[in-house]
Amino acid sequence: MPGVEGYMYPNEVSLYWSVLIVLYPYITGLVAGAFILASLERIFHVEAVKPTYRLALLTALAFLLVAPLPLQLHLGHPERSYEMYLTPHRTSAMAMFGFVYLWYLMAVLVVEIWLDFRADIVALSQTTTGWRRLMYRILTLGSTDVSERALHIDERVGWFVTLIGIPSAFLLHGYVGFIFGSIKANPWWSSPLMPVVFIFSAMVSGIAAVMLVYMAMMRLRREPIDMRCVDKIAQYMMYIFVIDFSLEMLDLVHRIYEADESFRSLNFMVHTKLWFSQVILQICIGTIVPISLIALVQIVKFSEKWRKAIYVVSGSLTLIGVLAMRWNVVIGGQLFSKSFLGYTTYKIALVTREGLLVSIGLMILPLVILAVLVKILPPWPEKSAVSLPAPSVGD
Amino acid sequence: MSVFRNAGHLFRLAAVFVVGTVAFLVIRAAVVPRSFGEYGHYRGAAISEIASLPLHFAGHQTCETCHTDIAKMKSAGMHAHVNCEACHGPLEKHVKDPSIDPGKPDAAVLCVRCHAASAARPKWFPQVDPAQHSGGIACTTCHNPHNPVIAAGGSK
Ligand code: HEC
Ligand code: HEC
Ligand code: HEC
Ligand code: HEC
Repeated sequence: MPGVEGYMYPNEVSLYWSVLIVLYPYITGLVAGAFILASLERIFHVEAVKPTYRLALLTALAFLLVAPLPLQLHLGHPERSYEMYLTPHRTSAMAMFGFVYLWYLMAVLVVEIWLDFRADIVALSQTTTGWRRLMYRILTLGSTDVSERALHIDERVGWFVTLIGIPSAFLLHGYVGFIFGSIKANPWWSSPLMPVVFIFSAMVSGIAAVMLVYMAMMRLRREPIDMRCVDKIAQYMMYIFVIDFSLEMLDLVHRIYEADESFRSLNFMVHTKLWFSQVILQICIGTIVPISLIALVQIVKFSEKWRKAIYVVSGSLTLIGVLAMRWNVVIGGQLFSKSFLGYTTYKIALVTREGLLVSIGLMILPLVILAVLVKILPPWPEKSAVSLPAPSVGD
Repeated sequence: MSVFRNAGHLFRLAAVFVVGTVAFLVIRAAVVPRSFGEYGHYRGAAISEIASLPLHFAGHQTCETCHTDIAKMKSAGMHAHVNCEACHGPLEKHVKDPSIDPGKPDAAVLCVRCHAASAARPKWFPQVDPAQHSGGIACTTCHNPHNPVIAAGGSK
């Protein structure tokens, strides 16, 4: 049979979970990571990252809105998906995702963004005209109270929402890791470390994404990049990345030392089918290189221009590395036979519903949504209420 | 009351959530079928709906009430446990009205469906490579489908 080496059970030959299931944890990871970056400022008072606070929230929202799409496309019949809310299946982790998602979207992100932008929304509802005015008026919910006390209350409530938001972000993404980690029958997935590794890699990717989006937006707006902020973000990214990498290596060492009956088969897979995507792309190019680059910045004094270049390169490599990690988990877990005697191949389609083009579209869509969100709710504090950013991506 | 001063907008937000939740509950009450959850995590009425679907298969017991000769022959041979309709296809219509001629299965495609050699079949199951075994001659020239072992007197 083409693409099959050794012995596969008939139901293992073609993969059920396609590249869309790779994107799904990737996108939710970006959400959780971006949110956690925002909460750094709010809860832990890291003043330096403040310029990205609102941008991080909007980024999280943009990606969160797209997060269910890969699932919808993969499963088909989106018109039935709402039924998971109507008749919840309480013993199915997958079925409960709908609630985790809704909670995170409505109770955390939307509320936090609303509270934070409320003063701007009120101001915009008074300075704009036409349909925009109507939109902002609806967004104010009919209350124009932006007195100092009201804003103070918003600040307190927002703080509280963020506080709830952090465990919620962990829940949202830990859940995704849980789905894989709890699949007993698959030795590549079944590991209690899975949710933890997923959360840490999520933070890394989300922080990298916000950093890049921030730098790109500043570029587009022809404004100076706040280097103090970017330096700090890169530093945090590196710290968390080191933890993430250690956890992944811990998992690896544990597997090698334990060497259970699946080990030979998985070891062979890592040395053949996954060699490029796991060892080269994920571990070398996507982890060691960015960590080393940022570590270098901490030691050697680089000029601003160089630091920017290093951050763009290491941020991009990080995003690629985390995507490769998702790929290796999702696709890797389906390439070997549960008989441990054979391997199959995943060939990504191009124009099908679960193909490459759709995936690329799904990765661009959040950026388009973000561009629209930035137009509606300008995250730049200085001129927010007065003028809207003129040159913006997409739209 | 002073605690809630300047918090009016929060009550509005809360109201939006309450309205949303109430709307959800109303919609849920309206669209979830009455019989949902009667027996399990599905629509109870589905069972009777499925039960009232038109039949397609009659079952071998029904065939055997009329085709006693074939039933007898078959029960003596290796195909004793292969259902009539596994080869003849669904014949409920024929049972209702025997004058509807069901026709005969095409042995050229029928037998190899089960007997063509394949690694996926259990080893104990009798399998042949059709090209080698019969060289294109219809299986029924030599085997009686209702009692296929030739040595057992099942030849036609
Ligand atoms: C009510 C009695 C009855 C039942 C039950 C019945 N049959 Fe028949 N069947 C007949 C009659 C009568 C004929 C026509 C006899 C003939 O032409 O020799 C016939 C003819 C056939 C023929 C075509 C014979 C030919 O020479 O073309 C097949 C095949 C057949 N039946 C299979 C079945 C199967 C399989 C079942 C069970 C699903 C079944 N029958 C149930 C009465 C019945
Ligand atoms: C292994 C597959 C198979 C099974 C099981 C089977 N048949 Fe047949 N049957 C055939 C084939 C093939 C023919 C056509 C023979 C031919 O072309 O001469 C046939 C022909 C018939 C005929 C036409 C008369 C004849 O003898 O040629 C009748 C009637 C019939 N089958 C009834 C039944 C009944 C009743 C059962 C269940 C008790 C049954 N068959 C089970 C394969 C099967
Ligand atoms: C629905 C699947 C099925 C179809 C179709 C079928 N068979 Fe069979 N066949 C069986 C089964 C099951 C056995 C019994 C195997 C056992 O119990 O060892 C069997 C046994 C046999 C045997 C006896 C093998 C032995 O061990 O000596 C022969 C010969 C045979 N079939 C020939 C045929 C021919 C010829 C046809 C086409 C008319 C046919 N079969 C169609 C399922 C099928
Ligand atoms: C030229 C006559 C002839 C034809 C045509 C023929 N067979 Fe056979 N087949 C035999 C003989 C003889 C045997 C020896 C065993 C026996 O006595 O049944 C046999 C045995 C078998 C066996 C049992 C093999 C085993 O390992 O136990 C199967 C299954 C079988 N045939 C299937 C088929 C199928 C399917 C076709 C049609 C593609 C077919 N035969 C066509 C003559 C024939």
